[in-house]
Amino acid sequence: MVSEEKVIVCDKLTKRFGDFIATNEITFEVNKGEIFGFLGANGAGKTTAMRMLCGLSSPTSGNATIAGFDVYRQTEDIKRNIGYMSQKFSLYENLTVLENIEFFGGIYGLSDQQLKTKTAELVDRLGLKSEAKKLVGSLPLGWKQKLSFSVAVLHEPKIVFLDEPTGGVDPVTRRQFWDMIYEAAERGITVFVTTHYMDEAEYCNRISIMVDGKMEVLDTPANLKNTFNVGSMDEVFYQLARGAKRAD
Amino acid sequence: MKQFIAFVRKEFYHVLRDRRTLLILFGMPIVQILLFGFALTNEVKDSKILVVDYAKDHASGQLIAKIGASRYFKIQKASLTRQEILSTFQQGEIKAVVVFPGNFNENLLHANKAQIQVITDATDINTANMVTNYLSSIILDYQNQMNENLAIPYQIIPETRMLYNPQLKGAHGFVPGVMALVLMLVSVMMTAISIVREKEMGTMEILLVSPFKPVLVIFAKAIPYLILSLINVVAILLLSVFVLDLPVKGSVLLLFAESTLFIITCLTLGIFISIKTDSQQVAMLISLMGMLLPTMMFSGFLFPIENMPVPLQVISNLIPSKWFYIIVKSIMIKGLGIAALWKETLILLGMTAFLLVISLKSFKIRLQ
Repeated sequence: MVSEEKVIVCDKLTKRFGDFIATNEITFEVNKGEIFGFLGANGAGKTTAMRMLCGLSSPTSGNATIAGFDVYRQTEDIKRNIGYMSQKFSLYENLTVLENIEFFGGIYGLSDQQLKTKTAELVDRLGLKSEAKKLVGSLPLGWKQKLSFSVAVLHEPKIVFLDEPTGGVDPVTRRQFWDMIYEAAERGITVFVTTHYMDEAEYCNRISIMVDGKMEVLDTPANLKNTFNVGSMDEVFYQLARGAKRAD
Repeated sequence: MKQFIAFVRKEFYHVLRDRRTLLILFGMPIVQILLFGFALTNEVKDSKILVVDYAKDHASGQLIAKIGASRYFKIQKASLTRQEILSTFQQGEIKAVVVFPGNFNENLLHANKAQIQVITDATDINTANMVTNYLSSIILDYQNQMNENLAIPYQIIPETRMLYNPQLKGAHGFVPGVMALVLMLVSVMMTAISIVREKEMGTMEILLVSPFKPVLVIFAKAIPYLILSLINVVAILLLSVFVLDLPVKGSVLLLFAESTLFIITCLTLGIFISIKTDSQQVAMLISLMGMLLPTMMFSGFLFPIENMPVPLQVISNLIPSKWFYIIVKSIMIKGLGIAALWKETLILLGMTAFLLVISLKSFKIRLQ
């Protein structure tokens, strides 16, 4: 359900750490309900860019609005309107499934009534009924990741940021994970996702590839393959990343 | 506020689920109090004492029999030189040596005055004290018995010598010491670890991108440990009053107020450590080496500060537990009130305020 409404607008967004330019004048826009792939080799500046978009770090120069809020002055409003899931598993292992949902619902200020319906819905959708009272630490990784994603969109954010959400997960679970992403996008949630799996890149509406702090390309996967005249996203990425000077 | 409660509840889940933490939290104070307390109430039942009787007369015989009749002592007789007495002590079996001088009975009869020497091994201060007290009271008892029908009373003067540690420093101070130690450990280490754990697990990131205020994250983490530490204070005091018979002489309310202040000092210290470190191990090491060790060494709990070289005495002033130790000791043992302790209290307050300010400052820098 990609609409014309812009939820992320970046204009020459830059972050410097001393002499080092982590993110160099990136400019792009993301529409509501879009699945936006944010690719790049390690050290290309993805994490820095993402931290600025989440309101965690202040840009050195340039402008950006997230869900209509300014990244310099309205970080609190931004935080209320985004969800976030990181590459590290980010639920509490020694809390049960229900307690995790309750906690994250709680800190996003959901009312008891909302929390109740949301929890029931979520447990039902993930088929976790019998596991609801088990500690999250005892669940298999795939389920943890799915649960983690569900918790990240619990408060119906405008945008959800996913930082390598499927690292270490088997292909079947990854597929199921992407089904969830599509569902969320259908509901109008914009998905901003980083990944190193090129098959996943193909699932995105549009992808951008960062090289040495700059956004080198931004287009649909099909157009990118045409432009580079190659058969797969793998090769597109390889051609671009090969030119990179920095790596970690 | 609702968010805050949700967060505090989560923290309680963490603590209550973690058996090892719980064991440290509540097992340690109990074990320490009992361990130290056992040393304190160490009954001198059947203590072996050595009697060196140079007199071998009527009075000395009676007194020795009286000492032997008490349930506290088991008597061995020997005639030893001073050198031999020392070497018996070194073997550690003998708790005390009682020496009767050559003309004990005669002195008593003619001068109405005689001396007995009581030598104890004061490496174990509590036992030495106890043994001396018991022996003195037996001697006094014997003296009173003899004096019942006499116009001019006899006087037996026990001359006591505490070998190895004549000043008897450090006795009775252990309850305040354990309190400082336990609160330090619980509040500093546990808070530091619990915050750093969130960083390690990656959950800190999630919390930072949530609308929950970062400063509140820190406070919400500190609250459960404040409550648990207060429970620990209650436990330690109950043990000390009912198991060790060491009552709180001063105001219990004041004691709790001061403990709360000290706990907050420790919590801010823990928070500061957690901001500066990124791994649980490092946080733990810093808490142990940087906090626990100085608490043991410089609070005056184990080693008297007055005996230290001046530079170390100066350093000891920087250790919050030193001031807390003084405060607790004064309230519990001497029964002093706030009027006598305002200086120490102010110092703790100042330390807390200072730590809080630099913690919040470095926390903000960290977020950039």
